[in-house]
Amino acid sequence: MPDRGLSIETKNLTKKFGEFTAVDRITFEVEKGEIFGFLGANGAGKSTAMRMLCGLLSPTSGSATVAGMDVYRQSEKIKQRIGYMSQKFSLYEDLTVRENLSFYGGIYGIEPKLLRKRRDAMIEELGLKEVQNELIKGLPLGWKQKLSFSTAVLHAPEIVFLDEPTGGVDPITRRQFWEMINQTAANGTTVFVTTHYMDEAEYCDRISMMVDGKIAAMGATSSLKEQFNSKNMDEVFLHLARPKERSENE
Amino acid sequence: MRFFSILRGQRKGAKMNRLRAFIKKEFYHIIRDWRTLIILIGMPMAQIILFGFAITNEVNEAKIGILDKAKDEESRNIINKIDASSYLDITEYLSTDEEIEKVFKKGNVKEIIVFPADFGRDLWANNQADIQVVSDATDPNTADLIFNYTRAIILNHLNEMNANIESPFQIEINQQMLYNPALKGVYLFVPGLITVILMLISAMMTSISITKEKELGTMEVLLATPMAPVQVVLAKVIPYLLLAFIDAVLVLLLGYFVFDVPIRGSLVLLLFETLVFIVTALSLGVFISTRTSSQQVALMISLMLLMLPTILLSGFIFPIENMPNPLQIISNIVPARWFVIILKGIMLKGLGIAAIWEETLILIGFIVFFIALSVKNYKIRLT
Amino acid sequence: METVVKVKALHKTFGEVKALADINFEVPGGELFGLIGPDGAGKTTLIRILTSLMLAEQGTAEVLGLDAVKDYKQLRKRIGYMPGKFSLYEDLSVEENLELFAAIFGTTIKENYHLIQDIYDQIAPFKKRRAGKLSGGMKQKLALSCAMIHAPEIIFLDEPTTGVDPVSRKEFWQMLDRLKKEGITILVSTPYMDEAGLCDRVALIQNGRMLKIETPEQIEKDYEFPIWSVNTNRKRHIINDIRKFPHCRSAFMFGSEAHYTDLRNLDFPDGLYEHLTELGHEEIDIKTIRPGIEDCFMALMQQKETTHA
Repeated sequence: MPDRGLSIETKNLTKKFGEFTAVDRITFEVEKGEIFGFLGANGAGKSTAMRMLCGLLSPTSGSATVAGMDVYRQSEKIKQRIGYMSQKFSLYEDLTVRENLSFYGGIYGIEPKLLRKRRDAMIEELGLKEVQNELIKGLPLGWKQKLSFSTAVLHAPEIVFLDEPTGGVDPITRRQFWEMINQTAANGTTVFVTTHYMDEAEYCDRISMMVDGKIAAMGATSSLKEQFNSKNMDEVFLHLARPKERSENE
Repeated sequence: MRFFSILRGQRKGAKMNRLRAFIKKEFYHIIRDWRTLIILIGMPMAQIILFGFAITNEVNEAKIGILDKAKDEESRNIINKIDASSYLDITEYLSTDEEIEKVFKKGNVKEIIVFPADFGRDLWANNQADIQVVSDATDPNTADLIFNYTRAIILNHLNEMNANIESPFQIEINQQMLYNPALKGVYLFVPGLITVILMLISAMMTSISITKEKELGTMEVLLATPMAPVQVVLAKVIPYLLLAFIDAVLVLLLGYFVFDVPIRGSLVLLLFETLVFIVTALSLGVFISTRTSSQQVALMISLMLLMLPTILLSGFIFPIENMPNPLQIISNIVPARWFVIILKGIMLKGLGIAAIWEETLILIGFIVFFIALSVKNYKIRLT
Repeated sequence: METVVKVKALHKTFGEVKALADINFEVPGGELFGLIGPDGAGKTTLIRILTSLMLAEQGTAEVLGLDAVKDYKQLRKRIGYMPGKFSLYEDLSVEENLELFAAIFGTTIKENYHLIQDIYDQIAPFKKRRAGKLSGGMKQKLALSCAMIHAPEIIFLDEPTTGVDPVSRKEFWQMLDRLKKEGITILVSTPYMDEAGLCDRVALIQNGRMLKIETPEQIEKDYEFPIWSVNTNRKRHIINDIRKFPHCRSAFMFGSEAHYTDLRNLDFPDGLYEHLTELGHEEIDIKTIRPGIEDCFMALMQQKETTHA
């Protein structure tokens, strides 16, 4: 087991947009090397919370540290220490596999010699050697997905944030992707991931379920299923999200 | 034509309802995007002020006419000097005052130099004579420049004559302005401005509004309904026709009441020609939208292919006769060029349809051409 | 029931990419037919061809007895279509959107209100709200209402539940079920394997090819091998360690457990327990399970890959 320091720590973290409270006093901790799932309906505040942790949005109140850095004062330093993979691939379609990796490595200021080494190792590992000089455009979706993830971890960040990384991917590729995530976590990188596939929650060490900007439940999936007397995570979600839907309709 | 055949065999009532509902929707789009609307209405006023500043032009081989009533040695000497100049080019010799108006209305000649009947005699008898210069001031910058060249040539000649003589000759040069006596630049800019605004709103906004539906994916939904493409286009075009027309009237009113820009010809004819040009621009906009699928591309094409030529090649700012030959040829396919001629003719010269029917026909030709191309390119499916 | 959709030997390529290869299937009237497959499988292309929005290179597509190419005008009057992207006018209100589509089809909201009542009642409290300001689930409901307003005989729904939260997804399928009871044929595509069970019949589609067309129950029955779930205390290492087992045919993660099939035709994977124990696993639990659609899909994907390789 890697050393169990804290990667992310928030206390009453809140974000308001005018009258609307997008994230409402959320408090949680994520340990180093943990795979932490962030679940919730669209508009529950997942993205807003994630953006605050990535240093892209300043919180309204509360506190949070990411990789030991304060989100208010050290947001630029946070960006150096984290990796981010957005829902939409951030790869440049008109650059080759190699060029994309070099570019993202360059952005994070990886020293050229080291970058070349890591890039080539990454290409080897992904089995993309044959196509390393081909444009991203022509690659199958699954490969793009894996490569996109690789660019996010190329600079060996302490934490990697993944925003719905497996939407629409075939079941085999989806599993291969999770195996990559597992591997990354095993190497000591903390993984913070949002998903709307409930079965994927099971791949996480712990999850938090957001409803209406608040964390409605948090813990290992096994204990959550026990707590809500549910067979699977889908049922847990329905338990938690029902009251919210009702209030929206009234 | 498959474009129109779609309409046949449908209940007329349903068809009209459909169109009405769709036009209503377009108005919602326009009104709810109030920022754009403010720009569309406010821009004409901002531009009239911006373009109100004069812009200097170069003149080369300006075509002028001569009305030599004296036909003596002195007048002929001066005419030879003028003819030798590279700036001025004598293309017309007139014999009576009545011809002046006629020659100007043909549109080529910018200036006519009139020598009175007793020019030479006055000069020798009194050491002094008059020359009258009549300028077509619809294009005041050019008129002014040509007049200055003319005067310089005549004075130059006078200096040569006076070189060996004790009592020097004097020639009084009187300038008379036709059509735009106060030489107001804004007179010229109002027709130009109307042209630019109409082109912008009609062509650019329609092409953007159609490509927007493609980008948002709503076009896909519409294609899967019985809504005929011709109805979609018609519904898109009508609100902008109205908006463009309102803007044209706005600029005219502003010009008339604030800048005293005259409307010498028939107002009905003026509004009719404006409508013809709006439809030309709309058909161009529809054509652009059939060839592009993103708003950005539509915007670029509208700006590069429409706005720049409309501003630069229509004769609105730079006189066409001063352009290099290739540009002059290109200017023929710029619809705005013909509309500027029509507008100047009606507003500043008071011309009737008899004098501008050719230009009107050219515009109608453009409409037919672009609509035919649009119909040919219109996709009833996704690519 | 008469056949409502009839597709024969359909082919479609985009440049060098084969989007659809030799697609054949039929849908009887009143059926809820699912097209199931990942992004890029060809679901959208197939739906667009059926809705007359795209032309195939080869083959024929018939909907309601109408040719999707020749009779497109008639066809477009009688079908409902909801594309994958939310494609309503965001600057129009809920009510205005619905009125517009009613007018386009030459009908009124009143005339067919009974069809959309169930759905529309849920969004009615927000009818003055601009469509762009609705939540994802609400948008889907509005889009479905707009696609239903002219009482079509068949509706085509392209990934209606993608990106929608599980609660809204569930409600959406309940709405489809009610429409089915009205006798409307529904052809729906989805990337979610777990939604297959909600369809009468499904077509599993991958890389432009139909892997299988069957009822979900039959697909599961047709699964050739015995399948086991494997659970141990070392979750993260299960999959890699199982793959080291020499008799392993396939092993995939399913939540916290692995699904395993064996190369030998046995009633129990002899030796797996010992293999895992040797690699340091404890609390090992190996159970026979019934395969799910996802197991079947992956098995079919691998079969195709080997037959094509």
